[in-house]
Amino acid sequence: MKGILKIAYKLLVNDKGKFAALLVGITFAVFLMVMMTSMFAGILHRSSAVVLNIGAKLWVMDPAVNTPANVIPMPDYVLDAVRSISGVKYAVPLYSGGALVKLRSGVYQSVTVLGLDDSSLYGRPALLEGNINDIYAENAFIVVKDAEFPKLENPRVGTEFELNDHRGVITGIAKVTTSGLFGVPTLYTTYNRAISYIPSMRFTAAFILVDPQSDAALPIIKKQVKQLGYLALTKEEFIQKTSTFYKYQTGLGTNTLIMTIISFIVGLSISGQTFYTFILENLEKFGALKAIGAKARELVFMILFQATFTSLTGYGLGIGLASLLITVARLRLPSYAARITYANLGFAFIMVVIIAGISSYIGVRKVLKIEPFDIFRG
Amino acid sequence: MARLAVKANELTKWFGEGETKTVAVKSVSFEAEFGEMFYIEGPSGSGKTTLLSLISGILRPNSGSVLVEDKDIWNMTGDQIADFRLNKVGFVFQDYHLFPRLTTVENVAIPLILKRRDWNASMDKALEYLDIVGIKNRADLPPVKLSGGEQQRVAIARAIASSPDILIFDEPTASLDGDTGRRIVDFVKQNIMNENRCIIIVTHDSRIFEYADRIMKMEDGRITGIEKGGRREE
Repeated sequence: MKGILKIAYKLLVNDKGKFAALLVGITFAVFLMVMMTSMFAGILHRSSAVVLNIGAKLWVMDPAVNTPANVIPMPDYVLDAVRSISGVKYAVPLYSGGALVKLRSGVYQSVTVLGLDDSSLYGRPALLEGNINDIYAENAFIVVKDAEFPKLENPRVGTEFELNDHRGVITGIAKVTTSGLFGVPTLYTTYNRAISYIPSMRFTAAFILVDPQSDAALPIIKKQVKQLGYLALTKEEFIQKTSTFYKYQTGLGTNTLIMTIISFIVGLSISGQTFYTFILENLEKFGALKAIGAKARELVFMILFQATFTSLTGYGLGIGLASLLITVARLRLPSYAARITYANLGFAFIMVVIIAGISSYIGVRKVLKIEPFDIFRG
Repeated sequence: MARLAVKANELTKWFGEGETKTVAVKSVSFEAEFGEMFYIEGPSGSGKTTLLSLISGILRPNSGSVLVEDKDIWNMTGDQIADFRLNKVGFVFQDYHLFPRLTTVENVAIPLILKRRDWNASMDKALEYLDIVGIKNRADLPPVKLSGGEQQRVAIARAIASSPDILIFDEPTASLDGDTGRRIVDFVKQNIMNENRCIIIVTHDSRIFEYADRIMKMEDGRITGIEKGGRREE
């Protein structure tokens, strides 16, 4: 069988024009599909930036909350109630809100302010500069050095700004694993300073961050939080809920899906048509092989091999091209959100397998129908 | 006494149904022996190619049987017939049907590769056959770079590569000029023919009749006569 496949390989790659057209079709389709799904994955990832960066195991929130950006503050008694649940090691409030800061240049800039529990600083970021204890200093804020950092005019430790007529001072520069989705810089401060500097509603705790005594306690905590009329989600569940919201309730998922399907159809059309032409041009030769003594299954293997080889090569080239473009884009545009995940690669692979399957099916049907007698008849 | 290579009994083949029904071969019976160069001759549409396909395991007859070395080939399964074609029959098609994307030596090696021989061993063997047909020096060229006569030789080398008992030529001189055609058939007679091989040639080229042992004439799907071949006196 190895020799037969080698013949199939040579028949395919020695027809340079057709082979190139097949590769271009599949590469282009994979490139588009991976780019679209990677951008979507990047957006989804960034939409959960707060959840990922804070890193709490369990998040308590109002049931109407869909994303970390859409907060509905909870009354203080919820914090006390959660703390009293058996299995809770500790629970702390998290403030999350938007504000306008006036920079030294006089320019106003929107920011996201995260207020960490004063006593524990639970969810604090890793610092690049400064000391975490300085967050307790007067008017102290820690700024996150991410893609949005320059919007605050590249502040340094000691840089001052105004926030609702309050003086603010940068006491630390932090790094986080993920930047936010909305292109807004992030400031960390203490919970009490956040609620005193930023105008708030009656209730102030956007989320309650819970550390359970063990994973076994999670179902009990979730159940008791539900009885309070609130929702407790693990980090993964909250990320999933956020993703689901963007996928199904914003049109983002539908648009990405449509673009991905279009990419698939373009790839399928180019590859299917070219492969069909390739088979048609070689039909007599396949008939001659049949006449010489090749069995139908050997011809089927040849076609499957040709389709698989082309598809996998095109898949590799498409992934490579997409990776290159995303890498270059991220170097040039730090806020570029695309990220290639195993799910993207798997999805594109399945699509390529479908393209290869349909192309092979068309080819196999044609080749199985050809009669060696047609070769004799000319 | 010569051994029987092919025995066709009352072969009939038709195409289409009803008003479009065309009977291509009508109750044809004949025998061809090993060591014999057997010609099937007749005008276009006389059923020569159809008959060739029936006896070589390519086209199933509507009735009748074909015995090759005493085995009825049309009682075989699909895979058995494919194996029969691969091991017992060598084909030289009218248009050669060489693979333009493969080299000459790779074209010749195809039957060996279909027989699951190792790739390198198949190439070595194919080179030997190219040497027999006198174009070993063309081994690495694609067939499109060869002349018509050379392509015919490649087709012959491919046909004999699987050491078949029966060689089938369909209009071997149709694409060649008179001299080249005669040289090719002469070459086949001198170098490819032997007492353990039966060569069946379909042709209507009277210039090569001198090489035939017997010539079976066909018209309208029927045999109109079988005569001895050889050089004819003018």
